Amino acid sequence: MTIFLTLMLLVLVTVSIWQVTKILELSQPKQKQTQIADDNDNQTQGKLMFAFLIFIYILTIFSFWKWGDVLLPTAASDHGPEYDNLMWITFSVIFFVQTVTQALLHYFSYKYRGSGIRKAFFLADNDKLEAVWTIIPTIVLAVLILYGLYTWNDIMYVEENEDALVVELYAQQFNWKARYAGEDNVLGDANVRFLQDFDGKNLVGIDVTDPNGLDDIVVQELHLPVGKEINFKMRSQDVLHSAFMPHFRAQMNCVPGMITEFAFTPIKTTEQMRMDPDMISKVRKINKIRQANSKDLIANGEEALEPYVFDYLLLCNKICGASHYNMQMKIIVETEEEFNKWLSSQQTFAQFIQ
Amino acid sequence: MSTELIHEHEDHGHHHKETFITKYVFSQDHKMIAKQYLITGLFMGFIGIAMSLLFRLQLAWPEKPFGIFEVLLGKWAPDGVMDPNVYLALVTIHGTIMVFFVLTAGLSGTFSNLLIPLQIGARDMASGLLNMISFWLFFVSCTLMIASLFVEAGPAASGWTVYPPLSALPQAQPGSGTGMTLWLVSMAVFIASSLLGSLNYVVTVINLRTKGMTMSRLPLTIWAFFVTAIIGIVSFPVLLSAALLLIMDRSFGTSFFLSDIFIQGEVLHYQGGSPVLYEHLFWFLGHPEVYIVLLPALGITSEVLATNARKPIFGYRAMVASILGIAFLSTVVWGHHMFISGMNPFLGSVFTFTTLLIAIPSAVKAFNYITTLWKGNLQLNPAMLFSIGLVSTFISGGLTGIILGDSTLDINVHDTYFVVAHFHLVMGVSALYGLFAGVYHWFPKMFGRMMNKNLGYIHFWITAICSYGVFFPMHFIGMAGLPRRYYTNTNFPYFDDLANINVVITVFALTAGAAQIVFLYNFIHSMFYGKQTDQNPWRSNTLEWTAPIEHFHGNWHGEIPHVHRWAYDYSKPGSDDDFIPQNIPLKKGEEELQH
Repeated sequence: MTIFLTLMLLVLVTVSIWQVTKILELSQPKQKQTQIADDNDNQTQGKLMFAFLIFIYILTIFSFWKWGDVLLPTAASDHGPEYDNLMWITFSVIFFVQTVTQALLHYFSYKYRGSGIRKAFFLADNDKLEAVWTIIPTIVLAVLILYGLYTWNDIMYVEENEDALVVELYAQQFNWKARYAGEDNVLGDANVRFLQDFDGKNLVGIDVTDPNGLDDIVVQELHLPVGKEINFKMRSQDVLHSAFMPHFRAQMNCVPGMITEFAFTPIKTTEQMRMDPDMISKVRKINKIRQANSKDLIANGEEALEPYVFDYLLLCNKICGASHYNMQMKIIVETEEEFNKWLSSQQTFAQFIQ
Repeated sequence: MSTELIHEHEDHGHHHKETFITKYVFSQDHKMIAKQYLITGLFMGFIGIAMSLLFRLQLAWPEKPFGIFEVLLGKWAPDGVMDPNVYLALVTIHGTIMVFFVLTAGLSGTFSNLLIPLQIGARDMASGLLNMISFWLFFVSCTLMIASLFVEAGPAASGWTVYPPLSALPQAQPGSGTGMTLWLVSMAVFIASSLLGSLNYVVTVINLRTKGMTMSRLPLTIWAFFVTAIIGIVSFPVLLSAALLLIMDRSFGTSFFLSDIFIQGEVLHYQGGSPVLYEHLFWFLGHPEVYIVLLPALGITSEVLATNARKPIFGYRAMVASILGIAFLSTVVWGHHMFISGMNPFLGSVFTFTTLLIAIPSAVKAFNYITTLWKGNLQLNPAMLFSIGLVSTFISGGLTGIILGDSTLDINVHDTYFVVAHFHLVMGVSALYGLFAGVYHWFPKMFGRMMNKNLGYIHFWITAICSYGVFFPMHFIGMAGLPRRYYTNTNFPYFDDLANINVVITVFALTAGAAQIVFLYNFIHSMFYGKQTDQNPWRSNTLEWTAPIEHFHGNWHGEIPHVHRWAYDYSKPGSDDDFIPQNIPLKKGEEELQH
């Protein structure tokens, strides 16, 4: 039935296109049917070009008005504000260029629309103009490159910091685990070969012959102390994954066979983030949507959606298979006290395998 | 001399008492091969676009069953609910088809074949036989790719970049079995086809230019095709090596890209390989590929803009220089796809530097196009509209490249919808516009008939509005942190407020898809019933319009025209007409522009 309807629809569309063509053809005097744009076409299309410029502007304004609040959520790591600055500066530059060049392009298309009386201005070259639009972009880009590289070095070079907390993020199809280094703050050696030891209780493949590993703590929920540098070591046991923590402006791929690194300092606890005014209005908006959706669900005799409460997210951001879309871990940022209390209530690797 | 040439031509005529097979199937005539590329490319294009509409439906209404899914996907969409593996397969094959089969072979294959001999004044490609083999290898690779849609476990589903280990291990996902093998074999054949084609283009441009056609008089279309072919020759073999090594890892137990893997309760034997090596090899082609797709579209735009503006292209030398600059830089920027792959951050700095440099020649091109329009006498034919549209999307999409090319900013938008929006605008939509501009402009040359302009206008305006409607809002959901390649976002209540944006995008996408039916109708209808064309309908300067309308092997009766000037003498002061074809000698006292 669906096939039949689709086919019917296609036939109808085809017929209507045919009819529209016929009408358009008949509505024009016979000698004009050259299929080459004439003065009338140039008039209409030129004006449409101008209208299109207005369309682009309206679309831009509308999008920012309606959806501007979803852009870059409040940053929660110490390099976050730095990242956001660079982003908004770059954004302003490209926004300015976009506005001006689109205006020129479409305005010229409208202004110089052809007519029988117009003659084009023969202009083949102008070295000065070429120099202007080679040099200006070069200067602007040089500034952006320098600023970008400065920030990049700041973020990416993980310095040896004795005080930093070492945490391993361990990825597998389709979940995350975290491993804390324990008392000694040194992660024990690990390899996928050891995963099957202790009846599969060796969840991330810690090498038992390495004493550093015995006090390691493996958990399913990521807790981080606020204000302390976290040095993440990423591993994967099967395919590529990517640890993406958008609120912390942090992302790094997890690659089987190697250990990758990323470090940042969280500056806002989960509680503080929940009280952030932007976050409050976002959560309110989300819950409104969820309530509306719940009504439909209840009408169908299904359960209502739970109200949403904000939590930091760790998402997988590298295609990794069927359940890629649901590979996530909750991140809880708390005070150092709370963190220590939570950590001491967890079993160490040595305790767990007994 | 002329008798010799006429004799040669008679030989041609005699030689070509063609049968149906030699004329329409195994043809060695570049014009027929161009048409074969175009029609195959359009066919693949419609499959690719249809796939995108299916997964857009899924993204907008993830919970809802669709009858159309069950009809088209069968057992992969029981009761109309799409399986997550199929979603990934659709995304993968959509990308592969659009990038390689439509925008590489369909665009470059069609117009390089059609225009190189006709615009440089040659009777055919340097080797008609290689050209024919190139097309048929392309056809075989299309067939293999389509065949992979019908294998038991489904086609390749690890993204169009097919990163191992996901693509290497059948245990990791169903699509990495036979489907992946077919994908790799199809790509290997495709690369062979592309290399044969590119070699032919380069040799033809270097050796077969007619008398007077110096390199500095070449139309910018030819410059673009020529440089594109060179980039292809440099970078495609590297992809071939990546594909071969991946085949070795998959089928013969080597460990080029694999190490320390535990999957489905089993430790695999692979030791010492690295997926990052594959990423390097893939993107060594993958990034130049963007320009392999884009440069021909820009070349077509240069020609169409100048012809329809009745004005010389502004800054011919700067345009050639920027094509060469882009070509060189395109081979040293691949690492910007890998800022967070785990490679050394210092490498990231280097690639940020080279990547942002590429914005300079791109900016020069955009400004030169805009200046070409300034004080012109714009003939707003459908081809012209698509060319102007191309400049618009090239700017919009190119600018966000400054964000993505900056390693720092890439951290938070990498692999989100921001990337999807960026590259669809700058290479997807732009290159498609180039393809459409080319089809509308050279349809009379290919089929001797005109396409209907009013349908062309309808096609352009719906497509233009919808392209922005689809991809502009997509930047927003990307900046909000929404990852690409998610089957549904419902598992993250945090993203619930983006759901309505996804609906808007899908509605625009469906409308844009419907507009392509107008094009298809116009294309097929005009092929048979379009108005007969004049020899030079757009009053253009380039040599292809001096060739007779009817097609025969050899292109020109008698002598090939000689070239006396560059291709852009439009509205030249001192001339009555607003165009002077390249084969018209300079008038007494007329100065040739030194280019």
